[in-house]
Amino acid sequence: MISFQPTEEQEVARDALREFAEQVLRPAARECDEAAQIPQALLDQVWELGLASTSVPETYGGGGEERSPVTLALVAEELAWGDATLAAAALAPVAFANAILDQGTEAQRRELLPLFCGSSFHAASLAWIEPGPAFEPLLPRTLAEPKGSGFVLSGAKTFVPFADRASHFLVVCRNNGSHDAFIVPRDARGLSVSEPEKNLGLRALPTAAIELERVELPASARLGGEAGTDLRRLLGHSRVALAAAMTGLSRAVVEYAIPYAKDREAFGQAIAQKQGIAFKLADMHIETESMRWLTWKAASQLEQGADALQASHHARAYAASQSMRVADEGVQVLGGHGFIREHPVEMWYRNARTLGVLEGTIGV
Amino acid sequence: MIDFSLTEKDRQLLDQVRAEALICRKYARYYDEHEEEFIPDEFPEADDFPNVYAHFAGRTEQDTSMPVISMLLSAGQTWGDYSVRLRRAKGGLGNAALRASGTREQQEQWKGLTLAMAITEPGCGSDPSMVQTTAVLDGDEWVLNGEKIFVTTGCKAEGVVVWATIDKSAGRAGIKSFLVQKGTPGFTVAHKEKKLGIRADDTAAYVFRDCRIPRANLLGGDETIPKRSSGGFKGVLKTFNMTRPAVAAGGLGMARAALDFTRDQLREVGVEIEYGGRAHSQSAVVAKFLELEALVEAAELTVLRAAWLSGEGKSNNLEASVCKAKTGTVVRQVTQGCIELLGPMGVSRDHLLEKWFRDVRITDIYEGTGEIQRMITARELLGYTRAELN
Repeated sequence: MISFQPTEEQEVARDALREFAEQVLRPAARECDEAAQIPQALLDQVWELGLASTSVPETYGGGGEERSPVTLALVAEELAWGDATLAAAALAPVAFANAILDQGTEAQRRELLPLFCGSSFHAASLAWIEPGPAFEPLLPRTLAEPKGSGFVLSGAKTFVPFADRASHFLVVCRNNGSHDAFIVPRDARGLSVSEPEKNLGLRALPTAAIELERVELPASARLGGEAGTDLRRLLGHSRVALAAAMTGLSRAVVEYAIPYAKDREAFGQAIAQKQGIAFKLADMHIETESMRWLTWKAASQLEQGADALQASHHARAYAASQSMRVADEGVQVLGGHGFIREHPVEMWYRNARTLGVLEGTIGV
Repeated sequence: MIDFSLTEKDRQLLDQVRAEALICRKYARYYDEHEEEFIPDEFPEADDFPNVYAHFAGRTEQDTSMPVISMLLSAGQTWGDYSVRLRRAKGGLGNAALRASGTREQQEQWKGLTLAMAITEPGCGSDPSMVQTTAVLDGDEWVLNGEKIFVTTGCKAEGVVVWATIDKSAGRAGIKSFLVQKGTPGFTVAHKEKKLGIRADDTAAYVFRDCRIPRANLLGGDETIPKRSSGGFKGVLKTFNMTRPAVAAGGLGMARAALDFTRDQLREVGVEIEYGGRAHSQSAVVAKFLELEALVEAAELTVLRAAWLSGEGKSNNLEASVCKAKTGTVVRQVTQGCIELLGPMGVSRDHLLEKWFRDVRITDIYEGTGEIQRMITARELLGYTRAELN
């Protein structure tokens, strides 16, 4: 049945996160961006929201709530409305934890899920993106080769969130004509982590490259065990998380530009009263709405067990192009002020461009 | 629960509509090229299909709500053809106005007739307060004078709801609607309009010259001119709030038809559409197709959203304009883009794509142009009145 009605629990979660984003994330955003780091206390505060642990079964120390990509998509929009960087920081371990929850073997779940149920921030990340142009999420170049009963991994990954501190990486590899993800502990022999990367946007999100030089792993390291990994599904979760974050970012831009345009006067009236600006704002709103519904559609398909390959493709690709447009127009509406770091709009402009190319970093 | 899947009953209904639409499609080209003819009220194949409304029986609260499924039905119909229906439902826009604003006596007296709605004039479109047609009270009769164009179902309708001003100095407040029956002296159907697309559609131009109608034919019966408010005018605008999503849905059906045709033709020559993200190795044709498909998906969701709100009894003035603005743009981009993808084949009259390209263009014009929808959207967002943003 087609319905846009969130459940009561989802509304409660969304409202709580909206408040958190407004009171905690938005005020912290600029300072984090300037310093290019996130204080540990803030990460712990975000962790207390329980995004990674809520759906973990009680036997592993989690909340035992129903697993809901839709709820996480709603939450991701709110977080990113507050700040896309902090949203990405919050959702990076979620991507790892939920991959284990959704696709892990019993042993993998037993070993790893309790890590996400403690009281302080625990870093574990997807290692999916590869350096250089022409990276394709479903055609990774990093290679897994059989060796004995296990595997040997070789290749390089980049833009790995929290690579400086993650306990585990979920490394996406080509494997015998197909693809799989492997759980790699950070102390695995042959794995090295680069110096922190410096990026255009999401500046405060710590990322680094990792190199895998013939990293030997037991067969049990493959996500899903003998059944292997459903990478398309994992990609769907990542695309939806990004689309939701880009929706939140876009909404932030629209909501910031509106009062500015009503306040700023030129030639005797508010610039918002001129069609050139008013129509821009209308389009920015229209596109933000469009991305949200595409995101919801893909999220609900994931929730119903589909890999949502088509819907998640459209959601992410559309949100990437339109959030860029919205952020771009946001800068334009503010004019010179859009270029000044006193206002958040230039940061959102950088963040929009960055989020748009990060398939495989965060998840719902 | 947030959900975009169809129930079994939803699917049956939509399959039925699509099956009928495919029959209609067989007649699409003929009526496009025989503009002077009128589409019959019923086609012989109608006997093979139970009335769609029969499928409404047995729908439950678990099925998609009526306003939402109606949007998909509209899109399903126009996916076949914009104008041709296996059987034509009675009624026009004027009937909706009668239901919304007519007095009990008027509803009784006029309900059996198909009523068109005549608003647009040669010099007035999106701004109805510019209406030049006049209605002057003379004894117990109103005397109408003026011209109307773009009257949908105007040739075959049995009557019409006409917008006319009873006091030009009062601006919008002076505008009233009047019920006029065909055959009334002084009321003539000037011609059937000749159009870019939806050629088979019955679109008329009217002339009223000293056309006398009973005093009781003023829709709603209120002869007073409200001060400083738009009064009866708003009552008429209300009918628009329900129709913007429906008009958008109709456009989407044609855009979907164009997209489906394009996908099939590309497949014939070995071009497959993939969603796995081979962004760097896919052809420009595939990339463009994906973009167009995403646009249709996005627009459709804005339409469903606006319809869903109305089903929930929630205000949807903003969303109705959002979906109409979005869809109006999208259907242009999509049909233009599909022709680009298929090249010369796309402009050949051997296929319907060039027709969809012409037909769909009206979507961004009628029921308020895209610019008007952006104006309404911006006013709602900014909290501006008509005076503050125009």
